[in-house]
Formats: sequence, C-alpha cells, structure tokens
Amino acid sequence: MAQPTKHPIRVLIAKPGLDGHDRGAKVVARALRDAGMEVIYTGLHQTPEMIVRSALQEDVQAVGLSILSGAHMTLFPEVIELLKKEGAADVVVFGGGIIPKDDVEKLKQQGVKQIFLPGASTKEIVEWVKANISART
Amino acid sequence: MASKPQTRLSKSYAEWRSQSHASQKERKDQFTSLSFRKQPELVTSENIGAFAEREQLGYPGEFPFTRGVQPTMYRGRLWTMRQFAGFGSPEDTNRRFKYLLAHGQTGLSTAFDMPSLMGYDADHAKSRGEVGREGVSVSTIEDMERLFDGIDLAQVTVSMTINCTATAAMAMYFAMARRRGISFDQLGGTIQNDMFKEFIAQKEWICPPAPAVKLACDIIQYCAESAPKFNGISISGYHIREAGATAVQELAFTLADGVGYVEHCLARGMKIDDFAPRLSFFFDVHNDFFEEIAKFRAARRIWAKLMRDRFGAKSERSMILRTHAQTAGVSLTAQQPLNNVARVAIQALAAVLGGVQSLHTNSMDETLSLPTEGAAKVALRTQQIIAEETGVTNVIDPLGGSYYVERLTNEIEAEALEYIAKIDALGGMLRAVETGFPQKEIAEASYRFQLEVDARERSIVGVNCYQDEQEQEIPTLKVDFEAEKQQADKVRAFKAKRDRVRLEKATAEIRSACRENRNVMPALIDGVDAGVTLGEISDIYREVFGVYTDPGLI
Repeated sequence: MAQPTKHPIRVLIAKPGLDGHDRGAKVVARALRDAGMEVIYTGLHQTPEMIVRSALQEDVQAVGLSILSGAHMTLFPEVIELLKKEGAADVVVFGGGIIPKDDVEKLKQQGVKQIFLPGASTKEIVEWVKANISART
Repeated sequence: MASKPQTRLSKSYAEWRSQSHASQKERKDQFTSLSFRKQPELVTSENIGAFAEREQLGYPGEFPFTRGVQPTMYRGRLWTMRQFAGFGSPEDTNRRFKYLLAHGQTGLSTAFDMPSLMGYDADHAKSRGEVGREGVSVSTIEDMERLFDGIDLAQVTVSMTINCTATAAMAMYFAMARRRGISFDQLGGTIQNDMFKEFIAQKEWICPPAPAVKLACDIIQYCAESAPKFNGISISGYHIREAGATAVQELAFTLADGVGYVEHCLARGMKIDDFAPRLSFFFDVHNDFFEEIAKFRAARRIWAKLMRDRFGAKSERSMILRTHAQTAGVSLTAQQPLNNVARVAIQALAAVLGGVQSLHTNSMDETLSLPTEGAAKVALRTQQIIAEETGVTNVIDPLGGSYYVERLTNEIEAEALEYIAKIDALGGMLRAVETGFPQKEIAEASYRFQLEVDARERSIVGVNCYQDEQEQEIPTLKVDFEAEKQQADKVRAFKAKRDRVRLEKATAEIRSACRENRNVMPALIDGVDAGVTLGEISDIYREVFGVYTDPGLI
C-alpha cells in the first residue's frame, strides 16, 4: 500500500492591529517558507475578523501573529475566541513582538501556544513550528 | 643637526604587507561592516583613492558641507537634545514633557499612538487596544491643547512624528497657537510628514502614494509661506534602516525621497530657494561606528551637490542638509537590557562625530515597552556626558582627513549615487515606491542579516554569544487600559458638544479643498478649530483619495 502523501505544514503569518512594523513578520514568513512550509502572509493592518477569515479560507494549521504596538492583550485573545467560535480551535496560534514578560504568561493561559520575543532566531521558530504543528496527511 | 622630517614612508604598502603578514594570521577570512561592506585592513595615502580636500571637504559651513553645516559646529552651539516621548493620554505625555525639560532637554518630540497615526479617533472600533499604547492619543484640538498645556510654543521647538495624518496634527498645532495668540512665524519645530518612507518602510498610510505625497507637499508649501521657522518635513531614513536596510540603502532612499518632494514642489510652481532651506532630515545611527559617521558626511555632500547642480539652488541655505538622528532601536536587545546603555552611548557618539543637529538617544528598555522615566533619563544623560565630558565637541569634524573615514565617505557617496541613479531610471521615487523596488531591496537585506545572525556569522552580545543563564530584570512602563476608556469617552463628549452648523460648514470646506486639489491646510486649520477630528479628516481623505492596502510582499 502506498504511503499517504504528507502535505507541507500551512501557516498564516498575520499582522493584527495598526502598527506597520513588518520586518519580523516577513523574516519569519520567509524562514518558514525556506523550511518547506506553505506560508500565507496577510499584509498589514488586519482586524481579528480578517485574520480568522483568512485562516479558514486558506485552511492553515497554524496562525503566527506579530505585533509591536502594545495591543497584543486585546487582539491576540480576540483571534483565539473567533477561531473557537468558527469551530477552528485546533488551529495553533503563536506570536511574537514587543511583549512584556508578564503578558506572555497571561497570553499563554488564554490559549496562545508560544510567544517569541526579540532575539529569537529563525531556526528556533522553524523548529518549534515543526515540533508543534503536524502536517495534514 | 636635526634631521628633516620624512614625508614619505620607508616602503610601499605592498612591501610592508608582504613582509609583515607572512607569519601573521587574521581572526577571520573577511571583515565586513554591518552593511555587508568588505572592509580594508588599513588605509594609507596609497589606497585612500581619489581625495581632494578642496572639492570633497571644504571648510565647515561651506559647500559641500562635508565637515558640517555651521562654521562653528558644537563650539558655537551643542546639538538639540530631543527625546521622543508619548504615551497614554495627553495629560500623561504633558507630564513627561515637563519632566524632560526640567532635566535639561532642549526640545520636545512627540510620539503619537497608532490610531492617531493611522487616522482613527480614540472612540473608533479599530482603535481598540491601541489607544495611548505606542504614543500619545490625539483625536481633537482639545487633546492637542492638553498635550502642550503650560508649554510656551514660542520658546520651545516641537517635533511631531506623524505622517499620513500630519496635515490634521499640523492644523491642530497651528489652530492651538492661533487660540493662544501666537503668530505662526514664532513657531519653531518639525513635523515628520514624510510619506515616501511610509510606503517604503514604516507602513502607516491612508490613501495611495500620489495623493499622500500631494498632502505632504501641502504642509511644505504652507510652512514655507506662513510658518517660516517650522520645518514642514523631516525626510526620514530612520524607519528605512530599522526595517532592515543597509547604511547605503538608508542614505540613498532617503535622499531620493528628498528629490521626489523637491520635484513635486517645483511642479507646483514653488521656487527652490523658497522651500529647500526648510527641508530637514532624520537618520538612524547604528552600531557600525565609522560607517555611520561616513554616512552623515556623505549625506551632506550629496545633498549639497544635488541641490546646487540638479535643482539650481542659489542660496547656500538650500544646499544644507540639517539632520536629526536617533540611535538604532533595532540594535537593542531584550536580553541583558543594561547592555543597551553601552550600545546607545557608542551610537550617539557616532552621531555627534557625524555632525548632527539634534539627537534622540533610545532608552535601554525599549525592546520591552515604552521607556520608564528612569530609563529615559539615563538616555538623556548619555548625551549630556558626550557633550560635557568627552571633549569631542571641542574640535569640528575631528575625523576629517582620516584616511579610512575619507575613503569610506567617498565609497558610501558613490554607492548611494548609484542607487539614486537607479531610482531616477525607474522614473523617480513615486514610481519606484509603487513598483515596490525599495521595499524589496530592504526585505532582501533584512533577511540576509537575520540569516547571518542565526548562523553566528554576526555576533550580538547577550543574544548569540555571551549569553547569561540568569535573566536581568529591569522595571518597565505599564500603560493601563484606563487611558483608552477615558480618551474614547472624552472624544465622544467632545463630538456631542460641537456646533453642528459650524462643523458641517467646516467639513464641507475641507472636502472641497481635497476635491478641487487646493492646499488643504487653510481649510484644516479652520476645520479643527470648529471641532473636526483627526479621524473625520482621515475619513474625508479615504472618501476623496481612496484607501491604500498593503501588497503584503515577503
């Protein structure tokens, strides 16, 4: 019997909120793509609704949120809630940006699986995604 | 008898090298700058390249201004210590302004929050979670008045970092001055108002590039005609560099942006010497010490020649590149944050040796949150130590004539000119931005840099080498969510109490100014005075000029 084909991991990299700091999001998107994943980048200034719509349409297994405006405590939980509401609680949400330590723990309690802070290497992020998100067969 | 001093070396560079290097090894195969430029081991009179003191340097305060824009430089007056500040409500930021002035700061610099920067009032749905978090929240003229309460606008120069909504903020500032009875010719300061770099790097926008640049030039024109001491634009490389550009890309794209604005203003019928003296600049100052110094020197030389030779400026004031600088936020690390104090000091020293007119030094905690009062004070004190203790202000352009620095200045100039020629060939900066040329160049450089860091070809102390087991904890600033609620309530109350008739008339006048392609500033100044908000002005722009969305290139 033939082995079921393993599809590449599909990830949505999204920029919620109003800030335009997209250097990190773009570097992470390229690094994941170079590691063989299928990466969709939303572009800037996305509302949580827009992000969740893209996640469903693109049928991704993970959403990586990048924010540097300080609005993470409002916008990250909204993405998680909306995913749940749409029956897509299995989509893994991770994130990064300028996020104070205290907030990292709170966000994890609210369902953000991992937060990468300034200084995280692309290698570290790629490895974490590979270890925590399983590709569909 | 005393022997005559020898003017020639005893052997050639090649001879010295072949003799001395036979048994010596170097630490690395290649030594490269932060911007991927291969560095020579040594520069002497033999390999300095074409160097002509008269043409390339001149005297300070004289063409081509390589050695500085004033004849006395810091012996005459120190640079302006201008720390960027803004968070929470206008009252919160007003308190920080007064704190900084009380500690010897000599100019103010305003950071606005994301809703203000993107054209949404504090009570808008898209502002949720963002109000007062990355800067101060300003939606109405009353917010502007609270922000500058008790500050004498005729005495302190004020910088405002705001771009796609710059027309609204500028109008509020002028309307506030008018209410206080201060004439516009007494107002000194700078508004960033640089839309090219928004599309290239900072990514705060409302409408597409062409109308955005038109609005920016409305401010340049209005200031040139009505507020002659106010810089109507600060052509900014800072954000371009922070987005990952090299030093040469930062320099070239910024100057090409300047060329774009000059061409637009000339096409309106403005005269070069009427507005060029008030074009100001803003550059990053990063870790590679000599590369940064050479960048500032090359910037002045290129701009002077562009203005004189390409645009036919007659006044020397039009040829002078005056610049603000800020230390590189992107170079700061969240790991071992106290190390950032050292980085900032070295970068600030490079800015001073590069001859800048004003400087912001970052606080050590800025990779964690907005700066605390204590961290902001250390950053200001860093500038004061450079100014008062190091002696570098005693001599003008102390590195002038250094074989290495002069060669580097020449190389950076040549490389930047190549880029500028490329942008000219694309049809100018507006076209280049629309096709994404600078955006793609920056994304490439930024990815290359990150891969080199990840591969440890580049060292970042505390991040990929000399790491600590135990993390350093420093205090961070917390902006509570109360500010957001209060600001939103204040905006709603403000909107409710406005004189409807006056408001509608003012709104209609702004709309027609936009539609009829007139300068929007007069209508906006009256409009904000009648209560039109920043978000409402932005809505008119969205309606008349259309909305720009991120192409999302990676």
